[in-house]
Amino acid sequence: MLIGIESLENPPALPILLGSADWPRRGRRAVADVTGEGEQNWVDLLARVRDGQDEAAFAALFGHFAPRVKGFLMRGGAGEALAEECAQEVMATVWRKAHLFDPTRASVATWIFTIARNRRIDALRRQRRPEPEDLGWGPEPEPDQAAVMELQQESERVVEAVSRLPPNQRELIERAFFGELSHSEIAAETGLPLGTIKSRIRLALDRLRQNMS
Amino acid sequence: MTIRHHLSDNLLMAYAAGTLPEAFDLVVATHVSLCDECRARLGALEAVGGAVLEEGPRCAVADDSLAATLQRARSRGKEPIPAPVPRVGGFPEPLRGYVGGDVAGVRWRAIGGGVRQTILPTARGASARLLHIPAGARLPDHGHRGLELTQVLRGAFRDEDDRFGPGDIEIASEDTQHTPVAEPGEDCVCLIATDAPLRFTTMLPRIAQPFFRI
Repeated sequence: MLIGIESLENPPALPILLGSADWPRRGRRAVADVTGEGEQNWVDLLARVRDGQDEAAFAALFGHFAPRVKGFLMRGGAGEALAEECAQEVMATVWRKAHLFDPTRASVATWIFTIARNRRIDALRRQRRPEPEDLGWGPEPEPDQAAVMELQQESERVVEAVSRLPPNQRELIERAFFGELSHSEIAAETGLPLGTIKSRIRLALDRLRQNMS
Repeated sequence: MTIRHHLSDNLLMAYAAGTLPEAFDLVVATHVSLCDECRARLGALEAVGGAVLEEGPRCAVADDSLAATLQRARSRGKEPIPAPVPRVGGFPEPLRGYVGGDVAGVRWRAIGGGVRQTILPTARGASARLLHIPAGARLPDHGHRGLELTQVLRGAFRDEDDRFGPGDIEIASEDTQHTPVAEPGEDCVCLIATDAPLRFTTMLPRIAQPFFRI
């Protein structure tokens, strides 16, 4: 029996800014855009799409993520026309499912990645993808803001940690997520400090379970 | 439900990347539905996928891409909020989708020794089935040619080394040779996925193997 959770349980290599007395409020805080194309708060933009069907907010999300989704799908084996079609489909799903996004459990980039991944399985592998049972939202429509902030910040740390990996290690991870490696070729040891983000997601799940019961 | 046996990092990573055969996807989705610890670990690995998307290659979209996307989105409306699934000891939702309901609706076929099974329809690459083992009954001694995942749904079984109760998953590979026995008291129901036919060490089950697809 394998319980290989060690690589997820490693202590984080980065300092955790927990318990800081002056968390900036959501709305004023800008999530750094690591590509240097400016600063955006994807969570807020998605909330504007959700609440007001805000096309300007959606255009900003689209401008950033659509070319990435298309690049992701092409790297995963889709031709240009299919990748364009699927990228539109993925971004349309972002619009249509904006109210189902839970910012205490994932960053917007992570959430869009899961939609793009599922689209790839559907379109390229022509396979059904069983998904875990949905947990729903519970009675509280607005998630805890400190929890949102912590999770979003922790997601940025994962992005930074991936970009700092040695090139060969980073390439293996990229190939795994682009769908170029079979499950027997995937090495579980990512070399990434994922213990903290795992704990944050776990706390969010515990809160959700409490709300549901 | 106290879960002691969890998914491996490899399987969670492959599920996060979307590269598993459908039968393994089904077992992983079933386990994650029951186990918040593995759900959180999966979320952490998906965050790595998010980072790869963020940092990965970009490809310019068509000129009318945004307008076409908005039209697609608006023409189909919002995705409905999934209703919470009332589940009291029943099958998790991803499994219900394959069985067509709960344990009561399973169409079992006897495969000898009181053991019953049903094959679930999944794409090539691996197969999935439900197994119903009477309390106290023994499964044939078997080794494995590939990877085999056994998700316990109710009851429990033991092999030489360990006990697997509701929610637990056993991950068996080439070098696993074991004799699982259902615990007395309650029948054991398991979801099993394997990417190779099982190999029996006694003669009789080997002859029966092509007929029963066990």
